[in-house]
Amino acid sequence: MSKKLNRVVATAVAFCIAGAAFAAGHLTEDQQRAMDARQSHMGLYSFNLGPIGAMAQDRIPYDAAIATAAASNLAALASMDQAAYWVEGTDASIEGSRAKAEIWTDAAGYMAEKEKLAAATAALAAVAGDGLDAMKAAFGPVGQSCGSCHEAYRAPRT
Amino acid sequence: MAKWRIIGVLALLVVGAGWYITKPAPLPSDALDGLTGDPARGEIVFAAAGCASCHTSEDGPPTLLSGGKTFASDFGTFVAPNISSDPEHGVGAWSDLALASAIMRGVGENGAHLYPAFPYTSYNKAELSDIVDLIAHLRTLPPSDQPNAAHDLAFPFNQRIALGPWKFLFANSDWVLQEAASPELIRGRYLVEALGHCAECHTPRNALGGLDTARWMGGAPHPSDEGRIPNITTAVLSWSERDIAEYLKSGFTPDFDSAGGEMAEVVKNTGQLTDDDRAAIAAYLKAIPPVAE
Ligand code: HEC
Ligand code: HEC
Ligand code: HEC
Repeated sequence: MSKKLNRVVATAVAFCIAGAAFAAGHLTEDQQRAMDARQSHMGLYSFNLGPIGAMAQDRIPYDAAIATAAASNLAALASMDQAAYWVEGTDASIEGSRAKAEIWTDAAGYMAEKEKLAAATAALAAVAGDGLDAMKAAFGPVGQSCGSCHEAYRAPRT
Repeated sequence: MAKWRIIGVLALLVVGAGWYITKPAPLPSDALDGLTGDPARGEIVFAAAGCASCHTSEDGPPTLLSGGKTFASDFGTFVAPNISSDPEHGVGAWSDLALASAIMRGVGENGAHLYPAFPYTSYNKAELSDIVDLIAHLRTLPPSDQPNAAHDLAFPFNQRIALGPWKFLFANSDWVLQEAASPELIRGRYLVEALGHCAECHTPRNALGGLDTARWMGGAPHPSDEGRIPNITTAVLSWSERDIAEYLKSGFTPDFDSAGGEMAEVVKNTGQLTDDDRAAIAAYLKAIPPVAE
């Protein structure tokens, strides 16, 4: 082998090693943004559940207008297409992620969980203004839907 | 030569004595005399004890106790057996006494030790009358003809006889919270320490797999080796009793995140209890000593 070729190979190898180390330790900007976006989306679920949950738990008085507004937000959020959040390479092996690898290996199961939440929140939005008992009855399945997806697809905290 | 023979005989005696004091000890044959099971009450015991969390299949209905779920541990992988009412593949043909001995003493059908992946080390503190009710409820559930799968354990953990000394060391029926001052705390202690087996996940284990009671509910590594199960003593968990009770009902934390992992399964069970029982569990968690991280 010529000296020049040797140097090219050595440089290529060095780049490969550096590249692998970079991929393991860092996310691309797009990956980081996708992760931030999906976690913010989850945060919006929690935020909008706040008033409905507090009413369902009898901590604050029932208010039809507030319940309807929050439930409509939830239904809108849950119906959004979220495919772009779940980019490859952002599972729980990455710092800051609790997304289980099964989201990618069992994408159909994951989508089914997302659809269940969309249906449960739409049902809640339809009755949230019809009185406390109606709201409470529709609130239960929403909680179960959050729990059922977290049970299967969210990794334990570290 | 003679010396070796004596040592050999002594060794046999030690092993024999060890086997004798650690041999499987089922309930005495008259233990259930005078008790009749009430299946309706047993349904609550079944929920509080979380049998369905382990004995249903991954996606089967919550009443079909077909077994098949797997549990990773440091000793290998356990597979939950079929405990449905099927007489051949389930436990339909077992007597009440045999079932109660399995649940409270960890003794299987043919008199062998059962593995403590089945939390009989908690259920041994249950009231016999509750267990008889629970068994009456089990008999009302549908049969499943799913055959049992073998555990996948490394030597020597695949030797059931080795469980004798383990039980001798770790299976005692003392309460961890020794002083329970009110009826509510007594109930909470019963629901947590005996039926709910919360410590099986929330308390760390020693090298032999026994619970480290000095760090009771102080959090533990997740058995999958990924992540941790949280510390739920007051040193870390600052929720009010009401917050805890609501979490056990709906799975929602005070800021409306939602329980995940194995705890989502547990909430399916605690969600079936009464508000008073959930409040009793919360009172218990406030009464145990804080364990610093
Ligand atoms: C389709 C599955 C799915 C559903 C349905 C779902 N979640 Fe999540 N949730 C996840 C996953 C996966 C994560 C972990 C994401 C990560 O770490 O990147 C998560 C994380 C969260 C977080 C933490 C976000 C953060 O800041 O890290 C909150 C809060 C949350 N979910 C609340 C909810 C609530 C409330 C509901 C129901 C209204 C809900 N989720 C429904 C899958 C789901
Ligand atoms: C944490 C998971 C878990 C829970 C909770 C649990 N079990 Fe089990 N159970 C197991 C495992 C694993 C075995 C197998 C033990 C062995 O092979 O030594 C088992 C074995 C049994 C057996 C013996 C069956 C046989 O064929 O040998 C019976 C009976 C039983 N369980 C009933 C129950 C009842 C009733 C409850 C609720 C009070 C319950 N289990 C709760 C995991 C569990
Ligand atoms: C099979 C294992 C298991 C059992 C049994 C179990 N837990 Fe948990 N528990 C968990 C896991 C895992 C989490 C974390 C859930 C999450 O990440 O959302 C948790 C979370 C909790 C939390 C919330 C703590 C926090 O900081 O978010 C409380 C309170 C709790 N458990 C109480 C109990 C009680 C009471 C029992 C008994 C009735 C019990 N647990 C039984 C595994 C278990």
